[in-house]
Amino acid sequence: MGLQPYVILSAVVFCIGLFGVTTRRNMIGILLGIELMMNAVNINLVAFARFTGSAAGFIFTVFIISITVTEAAVGLAIVILLFRVRRTVMADHLDLLKG
Amino acid sequence: MMNDPGALALAAWLLPALSFLVLSVVFPFRRLGPPAAWFSILCAGGAFAAAVMAWRIQAESVVPVHLVWPWLPSQGKTLADVGVLADGVSTIMVCLVSLVALLVQIYSLGYLHDETRPALGRYYTYQSLFAFSMIGLALSPNFLQLFICWELVGLCSYLLIGFWYQRPAAARAAVKAFWITKAGDVGLLIGIVMLWRQSGTFDLTQIHEMAAAGALPLAGLSIITFCIYLGAMGKSAQFPFHVWLPDAMEGPTPVSALIHAATMVTAGVYLLVRTDWLFALTPNVLLIVAWIGAFTALLAAVLACVQDDIKRVLAYSTVSQLGYMMTAIGAGVATAGFFHLLTHGLFKALLFLGAGSVIHASGSNDLPRMGGLARRMPQTAIVFIVGTLSLAGIPLFGGFLSKEEILGAVWAGGLPGPFAILMLVAFLTAFYMFRVVFLAFFGAPAHEAPHAHEPPATMLLPLWILALMTMVVGGYTTFNGGGAEAASPAWLTPSAVGAATAGILLAWLTYQRRAIDAASLAGMFGPIRRAALAKFWIDDLFETVYGVILLGFSRGIGWIDRYLVDGVLNVMSAWTLSAGDHLRRIQTGRAQDYVYGVGVGILMLVILMRLVFT
Repeated sequence: MGLQPYVILSAVVFCIGLFGVTTRRNMIGILLGIELMMNAVNINLVAFARFTGSAAGFIFTVFIISITVTEAAVGLAIVILLFRVRRTVMADHLDLLKG
Repeated sequence: MMNDPGALALAAWLLPALSFLVLSVVFPFRRLGPPAAWFSILCAGGAFAAAVMAWRIQAESVVPVHLVWPWLPSQGKTLADVGVLADGVSTIMVCLVSLVALLVQIYSLGYLHDETRPALGRYYTYQSLFAFSMIGLALSPNFLQLFICWELVGLCSYLLIGFWYQRPAAARAAVKAFWITKAGDVGLLIGIVMLWRQSGTFDLTQIHEMAAAGALPLAGLSIITFCIYLGAMGKSAQFPFHVWLPDAMEGPTPVSALIHAATMVTAGVYLLVRTDWLFALTPNVLLIVAWIGAFTALLAAVLACVQDDIKRVLAYSTVSQLGYMMTAIGAGVATAGFFHLLTHGLFKALLFLGAGSVIHASGSNDLPRMGGLARRMPQTAIVFIVGTLSLAGIPLFGGFLSKEEILGAVWAGGLPGPFAILMLVAFLTAFYMFRVVFLAFFGAPAHEAPHAHEPPATMLLPLWILALMTMVVGGYTTFNGGGAEAASPAWLTPSAVGAATAGILLAWLTYQRRAIDAASLAGMFGPIRRAALAKFWIDDLFETVYGVILLGFSRGIGWIDRYLVDGVLNVMSAWTLSAGDHLRRIQTGRAQDYVYGVGVGILMLVILMRLVFT
C-alpha cells in the first residue's frame, strides 16, 4: 500500500487530537485529545519502522506507550485534585493567571 | 631684591594675598575682629611701602621690568605667563591703589567699630582680596591675568557692597553691580580672545611691539577695541552702564571710597590707558569713547544736582569724572586721563571718607537733615572743602592741572562738541559740590544732630593724609605743570577756572546767602529736573528690557522644553502604555489558548523553513 497513506493518517489523527486539545472545554476531553496526538505519533513511527526495516521505530513506540500511560495517570490525578479544589472540570474556569 | 622694581612690585602684590589667605583659612584668627584688621592693615602698609620703592626705582631706571613665570603650557610653548610688568604707569597705579587701600582700611577701623567681631574679620578678608586683585590687575603683563584680576575685582565689589547683606537694598545693589559689570566683561573677554586670534599671544608687551611694527592686521581691529571698551564701560560706569554705581552706595562708606572712587571704577580707564597704542590704531572707536565719555559726564552732573543723599551726589560725581577721563582718552591723550585718574583717586577718596565722617556724626545720609556741621566738626569741614576745591579744579588744589590737561587735550584733539560739554560739566560740578558743602557744613541745622562731633583718630588720620597729598600735588603741579600739554590755548585755563568759580558763586548765592531761591531755581529747569529725579528712566528701561525680552525669551524656551522636549518623551511613554494595555489581552490565563499559540507558532516556523531555507 505504501508509506504515504499511513503518514497522512498519522497527520490527520494528530490534527484531530490537536483540535480536541484546543477546543474541548472538559479537561477529560483535553486529555483524550492528548492521547490521540500520542497515538498519531505512534502510527507514524510504526509505519516508518515497517517500511524502512529498522527496528528502532518499534522500540520507540513501546517507550511512548508506557510513558503515555504514566502521563495519563498523572493528568487524571491533576484533574481530580483540581475538581476537589475548584469544583469544576471546565478548562476555561481556570484563568487565575489572566493578565 | 630691594633694588629690583619687579621684585618690589611682586611683594606689593603678594602681601595682600598673604593677608587674604591667612584671614580666610585661619578662621579663629579672623573671628577675633580687630587683630585680624590690624594684620590686614600691616600687610597693606607693607604693600604700600614696596609700591613706593618700586615706583621710585622704576622712575630712575625707566626700563620696564618683566618678572613672569610660565603658567599655561600649550603645544610646547606657554600660552600665558603670570607675574608683574613694572613700568612707569603700573608702578604709580599700584602706589595709588595701595595708598588708598591702606588709608581706607585704617579708616574702617573707626567707621565700623559697631560691627561684630566676625563681621569685621570678614570685611578685612574682602578688603585684602580686593587689594590683591586690583594690584594684580595693575601689574598684569598679559590680558589673561588682567581678565582674571578684573573678574576678581568685580567679585570683591559684590562682596563689599553687599557687606550688610541682611539689608535687601544692599543685596539687590550688589547683584545689580555684578550683573551690569558682567555684561561689560563679556565684551572684554570677546575682545581679548579675538585679539589673541589676530596676534597669537596674550602678552601686552609683545602685542605692543607687533602693533608698533605694523604686524597687526587692521581689519577687524575696530571690533576688538570696541569690545575691550565695552568691558571698560561696565567697570568705569559709562552710559548706559552707569546705573550700578549710585546704587552701590548701599555699601559701607569706606568701601565706596576705595572701590567706587579710587580703584575699581578706574580699572576701565586704566585698561584703556594701558592699551592706548591699540586704540590709536582705531580712531573711530576713540571718537565713540570721547562722545560717550562727554555725555556720561554731563548726564551724571545733571543727576548729581538733584540728589539729596550725600553719597549719591559723590557717586554721580565719580561717574561724571570718569566721563572726563574717558573723553581725554578718546581725544587721544591717554596720559591726561591717567593723570586725572590719579588726582581724582586722591580727592574723591578724601571726599567719600569725609562724607563718612559726616554720616557717622549726623546719623543719616540725608542732606536736608544736615546743616551747620562746620562748627561742630571743623577738621572734617576743612578737609572736605579741600577735596571739593580739588574736584572743582581750582588752582593750587589737586584736580586743577589734571582737569586743565583734559580740557586742553580735548580741544587739541579737535573735539569741540565734547569740549563744550566738559566746560558745562565743570560749571555744574562746582555747583553741586558746593551745594553739598553749604547744605551740610554751613547754615542753620535742620535738626539738632545729637552727637555731631569730630570722628576718632583712626578716621581723621587718613582724611588729613589725603588732604595734605592733594594740596602737595596741587601746589606742585600748579607751579610746575603744563609740560605735557603746552599747546593749549591761552584762554583755556582762565575760562575753565571761571566756569568753576561761577558754579561756586551760584551755589553760594542759592544755598548760603539764600539770595536765589532754590525752589525757583529748580523750577526753571522743571522738565529736566523731573526727568533727573526719575534718573532719566534709564533704570526703568533696563527693567523693561529685562522683563520683556529676557523673561519673555525664557518663558518661550520653557514652553518649548515642557511641550516639545518633554512632549516627545511623554508621547512615547503613552504609546508604550497603550501598547501594553492592548497586548495584555493575549494573556488569558487559559492553558488551551497557550497551546493554540504554540501550535500556530510551530506552523509558522515550518512554513518559514520551507520558504526561506529551501
